[in-house]
Amino acid sequence: MYEIISKKVLNKDVDLMQIKAPLVAKNAKPGHFIILRVDENGERIPLTITEVSDDLVTIIYQKLGFSTRLLGKLQVGDSISDFVGPLGKASHIVNEHKIIGVAGGVGAAPLFPQLKEYKRLGKHVTLVIGARSKEHIILLDDYKEFCDEIYIATDNGSLGQKGFVTDVLQTLYQTHTYDHAIAIGPLVMMKSTVELNKKHGIKTDVSLNPIMIDGTGMCGNCRVSIGGKTFFACVDGPDFPGEEVDFDELIARQSYYKDEEHICNLGLE
Amino acid sequence: MIIKDKVKMPVLNKKIRQTNFEEVACGYDIELAKLEAKRCLDCKNPKCIAACPVQVPIPEFIKLILEDKLDEAYYKIYEDNILPAICGRVCPQEKQCEGACIVGIKGDSVSIGALERFIGDYALDNDLSKNETIIEKNIKVAVIGSGPAGLSASASLRRLGYDVTVYEALHDFGGVLKYGIPDFRLPKNIVTTEINKLRTMGVKFEKNVIIGKSITIDQLLNEYNYQSIFLGTGAGLPSSLKIKGENFSGVYYANEFLTRVNLMKSHTFPKNPTPVKVGDNVAVVGGGNVAMDAARTAKRLGAKNVFILYRRDMDALPARLEEIHHAIEEGIDFRLLKNPVELIGDKYIVKQVKCEIMELGEPDKSGRRRPIGTNKYEIIDIDSCIISIGQLPNPILRESTDKLDVDDWGRIKTNVHMTSIDGVFAGGDVVSGAATVILAMGAGKEAAVEMDKYIQSKKQ
Ligand SMILES: Cc1cc2nc3c(=O)[nH]c(=O)nc-3n(C[C@H](O)[C@H](O)[C@H](O)COP(=O)(O)OP(=O)(O)OC[C@H]3O[C@@H](n4cnc5c(N)ncnc54)[C@H](O)[C@@H]3O)c2cc1C
Ligand SMILES: Cc1cc2nc3c(=O)[nH]c(=O)nc-3n(C[C@H](O)[C@H](O)[C@H](O)COP(=O)(O)OP(=O)(O)OC[C@H]3O[C@@H](n4cnc5c(N)ncnc54)[C@H](O)[C@@H]3O)c2cc1C
Ligand code: SF4
Ligand code: SF4
Ligand code: FES
Repeated sequence: MYEIISKKVLNKDVDLMQIKAPLVAKNAKPGHFIILRVDENGERIPLTITEVSDDLVTIIYQKLGFSTRLLGKLQVGDSISDFVGPLGKASHIVNEHKIIGVAGGVGAAPLFPQLKEYKRLGKHVTLVIGARSKEHIILLDDYKEFCDEIYIATDNGSLGQKGFVTDVLQTLYQTHTYDHAIAIGPLVMMKSTVELNKKHGIKTDVSLNPIMIDGTGMCGNCRVSIGGKTFFACVDGPDFPGEEVDFDELIARQSYYKDEEHICNLGLE
Repeated sequence: MIIKDKVKMPVLNKKIRQTNFEEVACGYDIELAKLEAKRCLDCKNPKCIAACPVQVPIPEFIKLILEDKLDEAYYKIYEDNILPAICGRVCPQEKQCEGACIVGIKGDSVSIGALERFIGDYALDNDLSKNETIIEKNIKVAVIGSGPAGLSASASLRRLGYDVTVYEALHDFGGVLKYGIPDFRLPKNIVTTEINKLRTMGVKFEKNVIIGKSITIDQLLNEYNYQSIFLGTGAGLPSSLKIKGENFSGVYYANEFLTRVNLMKSHTFPKNPTPVKVGDNVAVVGGGNVAMDAARTAKRLGAKNVFILYRRDMDALPARLEEIHHAIEEGIDFRLLKNPVELIGDKYIVKQVKCEIMELGEPDKSGRRRPIGTNKYEIIDIDSCIISIGQLPNPILRESTDKLDVDDWGRIKTNVHMTSIDGVFAGGDVVSGAATVILAMGAGKEAAVEMDKYIQSKKQ
């Protein structure tokens, strides 16, 4: 069992938890993720490692469906059944100077360790962060501690520019140039960011989130098409060059169990 | 006197089987077991033993059944095979022990597997375990992976007095025995009970640890002070058909499909929250045990039509004979000499499979007649497709471990069970590629002997 050491409600949909997991913490690097099961009947769900300190692993999760909502019901002192990692390949840190990170919704969590790593290496770091509303913007204060520039977009205009992150980017690109981009968020957001960046000649790394089971390369559930070839996101990713990702295929794969997820959620009401 | 016909094992009614995951083959009771045991001729030169990968003393244990010495029969088997209840159920007996049995020349061979299972079950039911005094060596060894190879290595090492820790990546122990082979062939409580026996012996089990990621091999040797390591990480990586449309939704690799059902229990959805869906028409590609398991599982999940698409003919199916019989009984539709060439979808969801119709030509390297394309095609409407055409080792260990030599297929290279890293041994599917439970167990046991020799030689 893995104990919840601290919990912070970041907004109505998103929580942060620190879990005691020495063997996950031991070799974790930015870009790695974990798979957890809340209880002994639980689904295996993947979440990015946002931070590590000593034996403690920080995760930030959006209460989207059954398992993440179930997790959200737990409190400090409770334990979760399984917690395994670090999984995946650590992020590929490129040797470019002006880095722009684009975060959509809870994507701000997985982006956090990557941008921080770029700053640690002395790069110029810009953040474009977007969410539905002001309340849904997470980690802003933590980002403020190290980012050189921050731009905000909300769907309803309650904070920053009204619109999507791509709207902010479009404005930004009229006056600024960047060497390299990282986009993490919902698939549609990553897809449109990559398309826009391509027009401006900026390469974009994306972090893919297909449905996973084992996370060890055993089942093939997490397969994604990258440049016409098949990769397993759990062992070959989750980060891939955005230009080569077949987003439409992935969007279809991710929503294959929509009806079933709905049935599960009814059980929680 | 030779009794030509074997004593048939009772099986679950076909109708009941359609919808449930209860074990199909019900096993002998003592009367039936004795009747069958009588058929063994107690050969002077028993061919059956030579054909068993771990040389179980077959006529000896069969004789003990006739003498009502069931405890002794169990201990007899246990010396060579710690998991008789499992091997009795899943060994491809017709290719191994039973395939070589003398009685089989003129009639049915002695049902060695069924008898071995009978003894294994007897031991489980009566909580038999051999009282062995273990003389502690206080030397730490690690076993990576809790499949048959790892379990057998850890039992052997523990009996030699080592302090054994098994590390498993998943949240449950048993490898393919848990996540691959379905309940209707191998009830999971058998695997759990056998693992608990090893715990009682003093073997330590750690789940949720991925060696190469959570802890590296280097760290195990240098920080954790393991004197030797056994790698039994299996062959989990599914092989792909390399055809168009393989990534459409509704296309599963057998591993995903079977893991959802066996490990995550998705057949009880939504009680267990991991879903699975197959639809009415399911194509299963392949002809081995994995394909049979996938097909029979799909049927139990409610599929109306399940087709096995296999590119050779019935005689060439690599699956265990018993599974093929049960699959036929359950209404699985064998569409032979069909080779899928494309999966056709709509909005990224699979709808059809296009197959080339094959013919058999001259025998190939495997001795089986080679399938040749005819340039004629057939299109079948499907709701899902399960690909079961083989597995290779996953890349985690080799990518995270410098100096671990592997061949072109990613299988770990060994020399008398030792890998290219001093003190690190390997066995089972990770060395051989996808094979069998008993071969993996045999490899684990032999590797344990070599690990012991290695550790002893280092002490001198
Ligand atoms: C490598 C990786 C890292 C991730 N990191 C984080 C993270 O740091 N924080 C976080 O909140 N989420 C993260 N996710 C997504 C997270 O795993 C899913 O949100 C979670 O599995 C949903 O489970 P659920 O049972 O709560 O929802 P479900 O009921 O299963 O799904 C609810 C909705 O989410 C969609 N969905 C299903 N699976 C995924 C998925 N894997 N990714 C995105 N949407 C999905 C479904 O289509 C459905 O509409 C990550 C995913 C991956 C693969
Ligand atoms: C569906 C199916 C049906 C089968 N039917 C039969 C049958 O009827 N008869 C038969 O004889 N054989 C059958 N087989 C084959 C047989 O199951 C395998 O040959 C056997 O299980 C191999 O044993 P193993 O211990 O080498 O590997 P596995 O059983 O694969 O076990 C390996 C274990 O190692 C773990 N692992 C992997 N990497 C790591 C890591 N880095 N760190 C920690 N743990 C790790 C895995 O999670 C797994 O639990 C079948 C296989 C399948 C898939
Ligand atoms: S272990 Fe397998 S091959 Fe050996 S005797 Fe038992 S059933 Fe036959
Ligand atoms: S070969 Fe057959 S008859 Fe002879 S000892 Fe073995 S099981 Fe008995
Ligand atoms: S999650 Fe199973 S192979 Fe990636």
